Amino acid sequence: MENEQVKNPNLRAHHDYRRKKSAKEMQVQVITFALMIFLTIVAFIAVGIGDFSVKFIIPFILLLAVIQVGFQLYYFMHASQKGHELPMFFMYSAVIIAFVTVLAFVTIIWW
Amino acid sequence: MNAEERYTPLNWPDHPETQTLEGKNKFLGFWLFLAGETVLFASLFATYLALKDSVPDSSHPLAKDLFNLPLVFAMTMILLTSSITSVYAIYHMRNYHFKKMQAWFVITVLLGAGFLALEIYEFTHYVHEYHFTFGSSAFSSAYYTLVGTHGAHVTFGLCWIIALLVRNAKRGLNLYNAPKYYVASLYWHFIDVVWVFIFTVVYLIGKVG
Repeated sequence: MENEQVKNPNLRAHHDYRRKKSAKEMQVQVITFALMIFLTIVAFIAVGIGDFSVKFIIPFILLLAVIQVGFQLYYFMHASQKGHELPMFFMYSAVIIAFVTVLAFVTIIWW
Repeated sequence: MNAEERYTPLNWPDHPETQTLEGKNKFLGFWLFLAGETVLFASLFATYLALKDSVPDSSHPLAKDLFNLPLVFAMTMILLTSSITSVYAIYHMRNYHFKKMQAWFVITVLLGAGFLALEIYEFTHYVHEYHFTFGSSAFSSAYYTLVGTHGAHVTFGLCWIIALLVRNAKRGLNLYNAPKYYVASLYWHFIDVVWVFIFTVVYLIGKVG
């Protein structure tokens, strides 16, 4: 695919197009970063206030963490780009094992 | 394709990290490694959750007595910021800006070192103020193993990025070292992913009880 680009007589135009495209992508990354900072601040404030019931706050901050990790994987680690099918298969398999392990340790195992 | 061939910004490929077979293998193998790391950290999280606040008697501190949220907040902000700086490094790598990529990786390393310094301060504070050592309770062992394993990953990540920068300082960018930088940045983001769960599950949930 890249060899075609090298032979492309209109290399400069392609280069300019790519620069613009990656600058756009970088803008999305910065917005993602701002959202992650926002979610973190919300989680710390929610716990810092201390007025919410435990039954509400634990699922709430866990949800914020999951959203944040999604941003991290799909934007910062570029998993939303092409060619990440197999990596995401690995990661989701790991997430299933992780979930079952944690679930087992907090429910059916006791000390 | 010769991996050490000189490129210009014009013919530098869109995704230099996966242009060579070696790069493709590094990329895929590294994601497989990260999946394994996910399972490793899951077992440490599970152990921590099972043993949280398991102390021999009431003279030992519990999670809610111990943790200091402003410090954890500062650590979180530093590590999150180091994540976006390594995104910038890869952005410049894909644009064939070697100097800018180096600069952003240096900033990432400095932020990572700042995070590590705060973590060391935190651990020594617990040991001196609360006599909360690795062996004092099941809770403390589980806590130090989980957070300490993350800290060890940060240390390794710092050494890795520094070694990459020093080793390739005069080489410029080529298809041989582009996958190395890319994979190191993936590792750095993974450290951040684990920290998101640590600050939520250990510190914030520790504070609510």
